[in-house]
Order: sequence, then C-alpha cells, then structure tokens
Amino acid sequence: MSGLQIVVCGSLVPDPLQTLEPVTTPQGPGLKNETMLPSVLDPWSAHALFEAANLAKQVAGSKVWLVSLGPKAKLQQLMMTVAQKVPFELVAIDGSASGFTDAHGVSAVLADAIAALPGLDKSRLLVFGGCASASRDASVTMQGVCERLGIADLFAGVDEIKIQPDGSFRVLERIEGGRYLVSTCAGAPAVLAWATGNLPEPPNNPQVGMANMRGVMPALQKAKPAAVGVGGIVYEKVEIPPQKRATRIVKDVPASEIAKELVAWLKA
Amino acid sequence: MKILALVHTDNGALPKAALETVATAANLGGTLTVGVMGAQAGTAVQAVAGCGATKFLVVEDPAVAQPRYATDAAAATALIQASGAELVLAPNSSRFARALPGAAHRVAAQVDTHVVAVTAEGGNVKAQRWFYRQRILATFSRTARPWLLLVDSGINAPWQGPSAQIHVEPVAVAFPAETQRTTVTGIQAPAADAQTIRPEAAILFVAGAGWTKKQKDGQYHIGEAGALIQGFLSKAKASLGSSKSLVDLKSEGQETLSFMSHMNQVGQTGSTPRHPKGLSTCCHGEEPHAVGWRFINERRAINLDGNCGWAQGKADVVYVADAFDVMTQVNALLE
Repeated sequence: MSGLQIVVCGSLVPDPLQTLEPVTTPQGPGLKNETMLPSVLDPWSAHALFEAANLAKQVAGSKVWLVSLGPKAKLQQLMMTVAQKVPFELVAIDGSASGFTDAHGVSAVLADAIAALPGLDKSRLLVFGGCASASRDASVTMQGVCERLGIADLFAGVDEIKIQPDGSFRVLERIEGGRYLVSTCAGAPAVLAWATGNLPEPPNNPQVGMANMRGVMPALQKAKPAAVGVGGIVYEKVEIPPQKRATRIVKDVPASEIAKELVAWLKA
Repeated sequence: MKILALVHTDNGALPKAALETVATAANLGGTLTVGVMGAQAGTAVQAVAGCGATKFLVVEDPAVAQPRYATDAAAATALIQASGAELVLAPNSSRFARALPGAAHRVAAQVDTHVVAVTAEGGNVKAQRWFYRQRILATFSRTARPWLLLVDSGINAPWQGPSAQIHVEPVAVAFPAETQRTTVTGIQAPAADAQTIRPEAAILFVAGAGWTKKQKDGQYHIGEAGALIQGFLSKAKASLGSSKSLVDLKSEGQETLSFMSHMNQVGQTGSTPRHPKGLSTCCHGEEPHAVGWRFINERRAINLDGNCGWAQGKADVVYVADAFDVMTQVNALLE
C-alpha cells in the first residue's frame, strides 16, 4: 500500500464546562456570548484525529488532513492547542460552527472541501469524523459527506480499525447493549465516524506544533467563507428546561441506615 | 399525510424500539405504511398487523440480513420511495442511525435524529430534540418533504396487539457487488456474567473516579472497589455508567477498574441512557449529573462532599457518606 489519505472532519464546540444559554439571533437560534465562549475541538472529532494520526504512523506514506468549518478567528485560537497534538495539514473553512446549523448544508461544504484536496486519491481515502458532535449531536454529517463523495462504506460509533497487509480492514462499531459489531471491509475508500477509540489524548509536542503551525496560518488566511445556516429548519422554541431539583441532603447518618433507605428505594 | 413507519428486524423479530416507532407513527393520524427490512421481515411484520397501516412493505433479501451501511441505505431508500411517504418515522437504533441519513440523501429528504417527541396537528408536524448534548431543547419543523425522523427509544409505549396474517408487499432492491464490500463477521460482547451495560435495567449505577483514589486510610482500594461495584451490579441487575475521568484512567495506563471501558461512559462523550432510577457514587463532575443523567427519572448520589455543586439541584437525595461503607452494607442487604 502506498499510504493512506486520511481526512478528518472536525470543528470546535463550546468547552463542555461552560454554561450555555440560548438566544435568538437574526440567523436563528444561537448561544449567548457565543463568540466569547472558550472552545475545544469537538471531543469525538478529537478522538478521530488522534486515531488518524496513529493510523498514519502505522501505514507508511500516509498523510492526515483536518478539515474544519468554524469562525476563522476561533479556529485560529483552537489551533494553538490542537496543532501541538499530532501532525496534520489544516483545511479551514470560515463559517458558523453553531449546533443549530443544518447538518445537510455542513456536509455539503465539507464534502466539497475534501473533493478539492490536491492529489486526492479515493482509492487511498479514509474520511474520519466524530460519530456526532457535542453541539448538534445529530450523527448526520458524516453520512452526508459519504454520499456526496460517492463512497459506499460507512461505519458509525467506531472504536477500532485494524488495517490488514492487503489494504482491507477490520472495524469495531458500538451497538446497543455495550456490544461491538465486527466488520471487515475490502479497503478504502470508506467513512469512519468515531466514538472514543482507545487512545489517550496525546501530550503537547512543541515540535509537532511548530511544524503544523507553518501550514495552519496560510490555511486560515485562505479559508473560504461558507454560508451554512439553519437551512430548512424552522425553530419554534429553543430553551433550557428547568431541571432544578429540591435535593435532600442526608448527612451524619450511619452507613447502615443509608443502606437500608437505598435498598428500600431500589425495591420500591 | 402519508406516513411510513420504517423499522428493521433484530434476530428475526421486531425489537421494542421498532414497536415504539410503529405506535408513535400510528398515533399521528394520516395514512400509515409499515416498512420492514432485515431477516424474516415478512414474518416479523405480522406482529403489527393491527396497527392501522394500509400497506406493509418488506425487504428481506439476504443482503440486509446483516447491518451494513451500503445495503441498509439501499433498502431504506427503496422502502421510502415505494411508500411515497412525506413523513418517515424510524427508531434511532445503531443500525438506522448509521444508514438512514445516507438514505435521506438519496431520496432528497431532510433527516433529524434523536427525536424525543413528534406531533402532527392539521398536517403541521413538529419535532423535539436536544442540542449541545442534552443541554438545550428545541421544538422545530421543516417544510421540505420527505422528512425522516429517527426517534429515540424508551420514550413512547410500544405497539401492542395480536399478530395476524396480512398481505405483505415485497420491495425489490438491487444490491450490486459494490454495496457488499463490507462483511459483518460477528458481534463482540462480554460474557453474560461480565455484561455491565444493560439498557433495560431499572437502575443505572454511576461510578466516579473517587473509587480509584486514596481512601481514608491513605491507601488505594481498587480491587475492593471493583468487587463492591460488580457485586451491586449482579445483585441489583443494574447497568453500569462511568464518569469520563474514570474511564480515561485506563487509556492513560493507570490502574483502574478492569471491567470498565469507554462504553460505560455517560455524559459529554458518553451515552445518555434512559433508566427509571440512577445512583451515582464518588462522582464530582457535571457530566454524570447534568448530561449523562438527563433521562434518569429518580436520582440519588453518595458523595463525601455535601456541597458538591453538581449533585445539588440535580439529585433528589445526596447521602454524605463513604461509598465504600454504604455499598458494602447495600450489597449485604441485597443478598
């Protein structure tokens, strides 16, 4: 095999520890102070990126791209940390990363960006992404990319890929009940929407960061604007439902008494 | 309005999620068609004979006996086209979550997943789903048709009624060789006695990283923690959830609970299971309490910190106690 072309689709989401408050904007629903919220690389996409880099190390001649759709200024901030993790070439697209945008439009933009990659060879192409995003959480985008690129095979909720010497590969996909569906695929091209995989987050590597940043800044400068929005979705109501519970605090009570209360509750 | 309840078989029968979808679709009014794909679809569809559907379409070609994107998307496309449906309801199973967004693209449909409610009044269809990982709830509609809605399981009551012989219309689908580049070779599952994820369990037991920290004697008790947790799971027939920090320990090479994996994780990058009750132990984060617990009805927590901001207001009861002590006693009482 002459190496894989692994394209990872991934963008930014608000840091999961931030409090999110929906607001109405002229473009549709949004988040209060959205441009000010600290962002992270979408967690599932991040796993996909780390798995891509790991796979590229195993298959000589492989290369990893990160195709990222988001506000250019926020992408630049994000790259300060992400670029230190693993080697990749950034393809930036300047547009909204809101969870309220329509996945159909997003997948079209991503597919166009992938199709335009110089030297793209579909026979070596693996498209990675998260199985969902922490913003839209739709699990629709990667299928749209798959269809638009004319790729026949897609795997969702992936935790493992093992490439065989003949170019075929074995995939583990999460299914109901904590089980894995085990499949073999004849080989690239394919789309893999990752769950968490099995790799830890790589430590920051300044050398990788410096190498990546040489390509990141030009990529950001030539990022094309993309008019992604809510598309055909008509939002009627966007809210945070009240979830405050009147919590009863039980303290200074022996463990045996707590256990009795818990067992009675369990059996009720 | 023409509605298609699109479902798949599981081991030759309609699973609970499929029956829920049929019931939900039947309650919307309109002209209902039931479409079933998968092994023994023609037999399985008889379980919903009395649901009020005017047509029963099936694809039971051997190619759809296994869950595979290319063949499933092709079969679903054919069923949607054969039904002429404007609205398609389907279960948000792993099989359909994989394939139906692709089928939607092929029939120029719009698709929304993880739908938690759907209504249709006077032909005006509205759906509800969560955004930002169960933090923000939106009610919305689309004017474009067809519209595919993948409905989460565990929300609606399943269809119940007697089976009957019905006229079933097979739908022909071509499955060229390029749709079968992938072969499902099996299912990898823990041994029955080692299975810790039980979607139908009455209780979700969430373990936090506190189980793997130094305890009051200054020592680690990871083996004891594992025995206590597994003992409880076995006795209470509970499902096991975990905080991210606990499952991350394993991938970071630290000693942790051997039976725990990322599959157990609830919250931001984990699942948001639906169980009637939840008991969280040694958790001190937002994920198990705010995100992973979104769909847990009754919630209790055992926590050394009574002022834990994530437990307060999220749990019904917080027991300020040592989880090792409490769970030892709970297990003894459950003997």
